[in-house]
Amino acid sequence: MVMAKLTREQKAYKEWADSRKPRPSLGRNIAVAFVVGGLICALGQGVLNYFISIGMSAKEAGGPTSAVMILLGALLTGLGIYDRIGKFAGAGSIVPITGFANSIVAPALEYKREGYVMGVGARMFQIAGPVLVYGMSTAWLVGLIHWLIHK
Amino acid sequence: MDFVYAFLLGGAICALGQILLDLTPLTPAHVLVLFVCSGAVLSGLGIYEILIDFGGAGATIPLPGFGHTLASGVIQEIEANGFWGIFSGVLENASVGLVAAVVIGLVISLLFNPKG
Repeated sequence: MVMAKLTREQKAYKEWADSRKPRPSLGRNIAVAFVVGGLICALGQGVLNYFISIGMSAKEAGGPTSAVMILLGALLTGLGIYDRIGKFAGAGSIVPITGFANSIVAPALEYKREGYVMGVGARMFQIAGPVLVYGMSTAWLVGLIHWLIHK
Repeated sequence: MDFVYAFLLGGAICALGQILLDLTPLTPAHVLVLFVCSGAVLSGLGIYEILIDFGGAGATIPLPGFGHTLASGVIQEIEANGFWGIFSGVLENASVGLVAAVVIGLVISLLFNPKG
């Protein structure tokens, strides 16, 4: 154990140093995630309302709304803007579907030099892959249980 | 008013994600997987519809909404086609978003180069 070998002075120093380590404030992080995530969703509501206003039902408009938000997230990632928002907003930019688009484009760009198949094609799914594997499997299981109960 | 509810619910889901990131060892990928699976389960239990009725895009735009899109497609297809709906339904409603993400993601990756 390293701790046991510390002299009293070292221990005092360690406590002093630990107490002065910059700690990202939890409250600030949560507030920023709330505001940025909320704004992205409010923007999504605007897109949803547009598709409903041109005659789609709320259910039909869901897919196109996602597609527009994905386009926005992907484009901002390509321009290098989304990752800057991400550094500031944390989960506020990760959790909305624009963040899902970012999770596809960011690694694809980063590994572009490894080629279009093993770089762009494979790395696109670095985060989207697990999301799809577990999301689709969970939905399948939910369906199986629904079928067993209701059919 | 629907903008306010979308802001509040969407913001709350993102804040929950931030709490998980800051207070647990989970990485962003873990949180996204957890959220999509939670959305699918809540959808199966009939709870996610209630969130959508309240928050609209505030419920559909965050990743749990994608889980709901997956699960709601499955249940819809089972009602229409029985057992094989469990398989055919998973991407029934999710196809638009998924194909958009793959195709747009590819095009953007081809057009742009990494920054910095």
